[in-house]
Amino acid sequence: MSRLPITKTPKVYVGGAFIRSESARTFPLKDAAGNFFANIPQCTRKDLRNAVEAAAKAGPGWAKRTAYNRGQIIYRLGEMLEARKADLADALSVGGALRPDGKRGIAREIEATIDRLIYYAGWADKYEQVLGNVNPVASPHFNFTVTEPMGIVGLLAPEEAPLLALVSLIAPAITSGNTVVALASTTQPYPAIVLGEMLATSDLPGGVVNLLTGYRKELVPTFATHTHLRAIAGVANADERKALKLGAAESVKRVKLHKTEEPVNWFSDQAQSLYDVRDTLEFKTTWHPIGA
Amino acid sequence: MPTLTEKKRPTSRSAGRPAPELIFGDLWEFDPAPETADPKLKPRYDLFIGGKFVAPVSGKYFDSINPANETKLAEIAQANAADVDAAYQAAKKAYDTVWGKMPGRERAKYIFRIARLLQDRAREFAVAETMDGGKAIKESRDFDVPMAAAHFFYHAGWADKLDYVAPGRRVAPLGVVGQVIPWNFPLLMLAWKLAPALAMGNTIVIKPAETTSITALKLAEIFQDAGLPAGVVNIVTGFGDTGAAVMDHPIAAKVAFTGSTEVGKIIMRSLAGTDKKMTMELGGKAANIVFDDAPIDQAVEGIVNGIFFNQGHVCCAGSRLLVQETVAAEVLAKLKNRVKVLRIGDPLDKNTDIGAINSKEQLGTIERLVATGVKEGATMFQPACKLPSKGYYFRPTIFSGVSMSHRIAREEIFGPVLSVLTFRTVDEAVEKANNTAYGLSAGVWTDKGSRILKMSTELKAGVVWANTYNKFDPASPFGGYKESGFGREGGRQGLLDYCKLV
Repeated sequence: MSRLPITKTPKVYVGGAFIRSESARTFPLKDAAGNFFANIPQCTRKDLRNAVEAAAKAGPGWAKRTAYNRGQIIYRLGEMLEARKADLADALSVGGALRPDGKRGIAREIEATIDRLIYYAGWADKYEQVLGNVNPVASPHFNFTVTEPMGIVGLLAPEEAPLLALVSLIAPAITSGNTVVALASTTQPYPAIVLGEMLATSDLPGGVVNLLTGYRKELVPTFATHTHLRAIAGVANADERKALKLGAAESVKRVKLHKTEEPVNWFSDQAQSLYDVRDTLEFKTTWHPIGA
Repeated sequence: MPTLTEKKRPTSRSAGRPAPELIFGDLWEFDPAPETADPKLKPRYDLFIGGKFVAPVSGKYFDSINPANETKLAEIAQANAADVDAAYQAAKKAYDTVWGKMPGRERAKYIFRIARLLQDRAREFAVAETMDGGKAIKESRDFDVPMAAAHFFYHAGWADKLDYVAPGRRVAPLGVVGQVIPWNFPLLMLAWKLAPALAMGNTIVIKPAETTSITALKLAEIFQDAGLPAGVVNIVTGFGDTGAAVMDHPIAAKVAFTGSTEVGKIIMRSLAGTDKKMTMELGGKAANIVFDDAPIDQAVEGIVNGIFFNQGHVCCAGSRLLVQETVAAEVLAKLKNRVKVLRIGDPLDKNTDIGAINSKEQLGTIERLVATGVKEGATMFQPACKLPSKGYYFRPTIFSGVSMSHRIAREEIFGPVLSVLTFRTVDEAVEKANNTAYGLSAGVWTDKGSRILKMSTELKAGVVWANTYNKFDPASPFGGYKESGFGREGGRQGLLDYCKLV
C-alpha cells in the first residue's frame, strides 16, 4: 500500500507568525487538474487591521536598519527563493490551469522573481544618492534633501504573475524601510503562502512584510480607509481605484495604482525601477545656518 | 602696555548684573514712513485667456478690498464654468501647437524673461501685493516679489536640462495642468506653481484666491510684454466654484492645489474617479522646538519670525512652540518683551512688522479660535499696542499653559497666534511634535549638532529648520508629510511632479 502524504495547511504570514484568519473562514483552492488542493485563509478586515498593527510595530526598527543591512537582507531573501525553486514551482503549478505557458513559464517567473529581489537589494544603499541632494540656496544655509520611507504601505497584487507581481510590489517598498501589508492574488493565492515561508527563513524581521489572502471585495474598502496605511500601491480595476482614492482623501493617503485593464508586463525591465522605490518615499529638506 | 584682551570689563557687569533692558513700547513714536511707489492698478481686471484680457461670460465682477483700510482697490472678473472651459481650450491649443513642441532652450528664454521683467517692476508689484493682501511692505518688497522672480529664474534654467531630472529615464510634459492657489503669498504661490510647470513644457490654467487676484493679473501684463505665446498661461479669477471648475475640468492632466487640508480633501474626493495626477500642499501645525542649550536670544527671534511672519498666514508657521521646561520661563519672558515692540499697523509703512489680516472672514476665524483658547483655560498674552481704527487687524497673541488637547494646539489658526507647550526630554519633544495629523514643517533650536540631526530624522515633517525658521528658496523642495499633502515644490524633486516618465 502506498503511503498517504501529509498535506500542508495553508497559513498566511503576518507579524512574523503563520496564522489562519481570525474569522476561521477559508475558501477552497483546486489544483491544475481541478481536484481539491487546500483551504486558503479568507482574511477579513480584522486580519488586515492586525496586519497593519504588526507592520506599525516593525516599522521604526526596519527603517533604522542601515541601508547596507536592508540590502543584505533582501539579497538573503533572494537566496531563500533560489534554494527553494522546486517548492515555488509546485506552488505556481497549483494555479496551472490559468497558465498558458506551462512549466517553462513557471521557471521563468521564479527566475524573474529572484532577479527582481537582487535588483532591489542592490538599490538599498544607492537610491538615496540618486534621489536626494544638497540644494544651492541663495542664503548662508546648508540645505539638503533626503528621503524617508512613508511608513506602512498597502499593496494589492494582480491576479496574474502571482509570485513575480507580488514580489515586484513588495521589494521596492521595503528597500527603503517601509513595511507592507499585501493582498495576494485571489485566484492564485498559494505562491504567497509559500513565499511567506521563505520570508520567515530570510533575515527579514517579522512584521516587515505581511501577506493576506482572501477576497478583494471584502478587503479593498478597508485598504481604502485605514488611516495608518500611508500609501496604497499595486493593481486595481476602475471601481476599486475610485474606492481607494475616495478613502485616501480622508487621510491624504498617497495612491499609486496600475490599472487592471492595462496589464503590466511584470517580466519586463520596465517593471523594476528606481522610481518604484521613489513612489513610497517622502522627501525631507533640512536647513541649517552656516556660520561660527 | 595693556592689550585689548587684558582690559577688565566694568566690575558691576562681571559680577553678574544683567545689562539694562531697553523697552520701547509706546514710549517711542515712529513717524510714518509709507512706501510711495505707484502700484499702477487698473480699476477693473478681466480674465487672462489665450494671451488676452477678456470679459467674463457672465459679465459679473466682484470687488477686491484693501484689508488695511477696507477701501475698494479694483473690480475683478468672476469666471464661471464657460470661462474656465475657454481657458482650458486655449491652454490645450497652446500645448498642442506651440509650447509642447518648443525646444527646452527656447522655453527657458521665455521664463528667464518673465523673471527679469518682474525684477524690473519689483517695487510696483510689492506695493500692489501689500495693498491687495495686507502684508507688511518690508515682506512683499524683500521676500515675496524677489522670491517670485527667483523661482522663475531658477526653473527657467531647467527647461533644457530635463534629462537630468530623472536619472535613467526620460521625462515628458503632462499637457495642461490646473492650479489653484491661496491668498497668503499670492504672487509667490503663483510663481511656485507656474515656473516648474512651464519649465517642464506644460500649459496652465490657474486660479488665484478671490481676495488676492491683482498681482496675478499684473503678472499677465508681464507675460504679454515677454511675448509668451498665447494660451500658455491662462488666469481665471473667482470664488470656490471657479476653483472647482478648474480642478474638475476633463482636459486637466494634473491638478495642483495649495490651501487648506479641508478643501484638499474635497478635491481629492471629487477627482477620485479620474486618472488626474495631483499634488497637494495643505495645512500645517508646526512645532518649533527650543532646547535648553539653544542660543535663547536667537531662538526668540526665530520664534517671532516663525509665527508672526506674514501675520501668521503661513501654512508652515511655527504655531506650536515646544520649549524645554528648564528654560520655559526665560524664553516666555523674552518672547513677551520682543512681542511688545512689534509694530502693528499700516502695511505700506516701511517700519511695520505685522500688517493687516487678509480678510474680514479670516479675522473672524482667528477671533473664534482665540476665544476658544481662552475658554479652554490657556493663558493669553497680547501686547497693549494701538491698532488702526479701520481695517482688519489682530494683535500678536501668545497662549501659555497650553496642552496637546487644546483646539489651539491642534487646529491651524492661520493667524498671529502662538501656543506655548513645554517638554522635558528629547523623546517627549518628538512625541509631542509628531502628535498631529499634519506634517509640513518643524523647527529645532539647539547648540548640539548631533541632536539637530536626530531631531531632523525623527520629526515627521517635510521641511525642518534648524536654528532658523521660515526660510525658502527655489532650489529647496517644499511640501508635507501626512495630511499636509503630497508632492514637492522647488528643486529637482518639484519638477518630477510636473512630468511623466517615458
